[in-house]
Amino acid sequence: MSHSLGTCVVPMNAGVTMKRNGNGKTATARHLEIVEPRQLYFGEKWQYAPSPEKKDHVKLKKHYDLFIDGKFVPGKSGKTFPTINPATEETLAEIAYAEAADVDRAVTAARRAYDKVWRKMPGSERAKYVFRIARMIQEKARELAVLESMDGGKPIRESRDCDIPLAAAHFFYYAGWADKLDYAFPGRKARSIGVAGQVIPWNFPLLMAAWKIAPALASGNTVVLKPAETTPLTALHLAEIIQEADLPPGVVNIVTGDGTAGAAIVNHPNVDKIAFTGSTEVGKMIQRAIAGTNKRLTLELGGKSANIIFEDAPMDQAIEGIIDGIYFNQGHVCCAGSRLFVQESIAEIVERKLWDRMQNLRVGDPLDKNTDVGAINSKMQLNKICELVDAGVREGATKHQIECALPKKGYWFRPTFFTKVAQSHRIAQEEIFGPVLSVLTFRTPEEALERANNSPYGLAAGVWTDKGSKIFKIANRMRAGVIWANTYNQFDPSSPFGGYKESGFGREGGVHGLASYVELY
Amino acid sequence: MMHVTVDQVGVEERARKLSTRSIKTSSKREGIKLIISMIDLTTLEGKDSPGKIRAMCQKAIRPLPGNADVPSVAAVCVYPNLIREAKRCLAGTNIKIASVATGFPSGQYPLDIKLADVRDAVTMGADEIDMVIDRGAFLAGKYRKVADEIAKVKEACGPAHLKVILETAELETFDNIRKASWIAMESGADFIKTSTGKLKEAATLPITLVMLEALRDYWYETGKVIGMKPAGGIRTSKDALRYLVLVKETVGDTWLTPDLFRFGASTLTNDLLMQLAKEMTGNYQAAEYFTID
Repeated sequence: MSHSLGTCVVPMNAGVTMKRNGNGKTATARHLEIVEPRQLYFGEKWQYAPSPEKKDHVKLKKHYDLFIDGKFVPGKSGKTFPTINPATEETLAEIAYAEAADVDRAVTAARRAYDKVWRKMPGSERAKYVFRIARMIQEKARELAVLESMDGGKPIRESRDCDIPLAAAHFFYYAGWADKLDYAFPGRKARSIGVAGQVIPWNFPLLMAAWKIAPALASGNTVVLKPAETTPLTALHLAEIIQEADLPPGVVNIVTGDGTAGAAIVNHPNVDKIAFTGSTEVGKMIQRAIAGTNKRLTLELGGKSANIIFEDAPMDQAIEGIIDGIYFNQGHVCCAGSRLFVQESIAEIVERKLWDRMQNLRVGDPLDKNTDVGAINSKMQLNKICELVDAGVREGATKHQIECALPKKGYWFRPTFFTKVAQSHRIAQEEIFGPVLSVLTFRTPEEALERANNSPYGLAAGVWTDKGSKIFKIANRMRAGVIWANTYNQFDPSSPFGGYKESGFGREGGVHGLASYVELY
Repeated sequence: MMHVTVDQVGVEERARKLSTRSIKTSSKREGIKLIISMIDLTTLEGKDSPGKIRAMCQKAIRPLPGNADVPSVAAVCVYPNLIREAKRCLAGTNIKIASVATGFPSGQYPLDIKLADVRDAVTMGADEIDMVIDRGAFLAGKYRKVADEIAKVKEACGPAHLKVILETAELETFDNIRKASWIAMESGADFIKTSTGKLKEAATLPITLVMLEALRDYWYETGKVIGMKPAGGIRTSKDALRYLVLVKETVGDTWLTPDLFRFGASTLTNDLLMQLAKEMTGNYQAAEYFTID
């Protein structure tokens, strides 16, 4: 192939402002001069008008109580805490603050419901309730999506197209298992465990509630669930759905609060199983706390997942996979593809394409239907991201951050990636949980494997190559719970999810997820 | 980057995601006007006559009579025998005349006939030539033959711009579409174009995305700017706006011009006008209020 390189002049419409590469200088040019490396220009020739999702249909209350024994009740101490919109810093509602006494009430109600009603109910009857919840989530999908975006800062496009439909899908999926437990584990019988104490994170509030509640209910357990402190609203609206669905009182209890309530659940003697999704640090504390008790435990913890791009990958789709892997939900994803391993032979072109692609990430109002990256969930999280990014710069990695306007109020972080990252840098080791990617290079498949596995975590991985045999080779030797081939961040209720090493143990989703909520004999 | 592969599931997913962009109010209005200015208003039927061409050219010049705010289309696209009539009708305007040639739509003719076809069309006044590639040769793996033909046609075009029609439906796979795009660009295409419009399956968003990515990679590699023309099957404003989104977010502002992006369409214009009138007046008007030329 012969290519005429060298300077080439491209006719442009007059008056279009061209941004030159890197140096930040802009020039109004009749002609686009080619500077190396060439860069595309994504400007304002044709802009999207604001397209905000309406929120007047959301029945947002000023005050929310705890959901215990089928009723909404205030916390015993009467204390409340505010939940705020991270995109505006406005208080959305006051939430009842649960302490040990409230958790005790909730566990007692769950125990009673388990012994008197739920464990004895035929699976086919339990299924009806779970199906009903699934359908009601679908009916209220719009309201829940808006609420999720307001409370957590995630783009409405994601809450509308991903969080809420998947939450409903989980209830549908596990509802189907409720009367088929005898066939779920061939040759063995499954029996429910009892009261499940569940503590969930703030990154996918309703979806995580669905992941936890749906399999527990389907297999005959009752539940005490604590949503995250910064994002309690959709779980409380789920409580309203559960009440409307006429679930027997006490089968699902939802207590809102902070680590105090979480610890009370973990330490309560009447709880038979703990399911936790959150940080590795808290996961370790929980495991220590319940050592020597009869409680079962599943932990879904942090990650620093590797996204491996080989030179024979479908490149433009791989770029999308990188974007989806790290900028989806502002990077607040435990399985985020936060370590990018690129084969050295294509590293330059991948970085260039990634950079050009990132110019089209629209950062801002989570309720705008065209927003790609929303608000960082909390001030605390934003501080943590900033700290690690600063560490990356200090340790000598090269920072690439897009220049986009940000709203004046709220918590924001511009999508960023680092190159010249060494395995020993903090940004290659620690979970950032934000829109920040570390790019590393490798030369051979063996090296990719070795370096990708060189992490205390092992939640997920992505492999990008057109060669099937290479996919299997890598997948078989990656120490990660989920491995995506030529895609990333795909979720389905029938597919198990969970980690190796410090990313936790136990699986959620699929028949594997059911196994965590039953005793087999 | 000629041999970069395309993952079908991934490219379809990307096109689907881009098609959920919400285009409202001012962006819809401006987008529709931009689309009108990018149209190759097309008639390619056996029954085309000078009368039909006269009517179509009038529509091309002034798509919405009485409203100077609505731009003219970019070009009209006709069979060679009707070039002269189009030329007469469009004299004094900036509207280009595109003609299909090279044994359109099959391309299954000897090379000298194809070249004569092209030279005739240019002599008669075509500003742009829409050629078809030899899909039979491509699918038989005779890439050199395909490339040589395109290069010779380009030579025969002289000053006329060359659009190379891949007829993507017959190439079937995204890998083939990318490969054919690359061959066309290396052999002298000024534009790459999806379809003849003669098959049921024509332009789609994923196909257009793959071709835009190919021409972007070609630009990365060579600095040469190639244009893109999806043709066939784009009938509604909503569809057309999705193509515009694809351009905006794949190759950027440079390509948001009739110089580098065209819509090959025969019936799209009236839906655009209908939507535009709605944006301007607040009400939808019945189809009878828009001329069908």
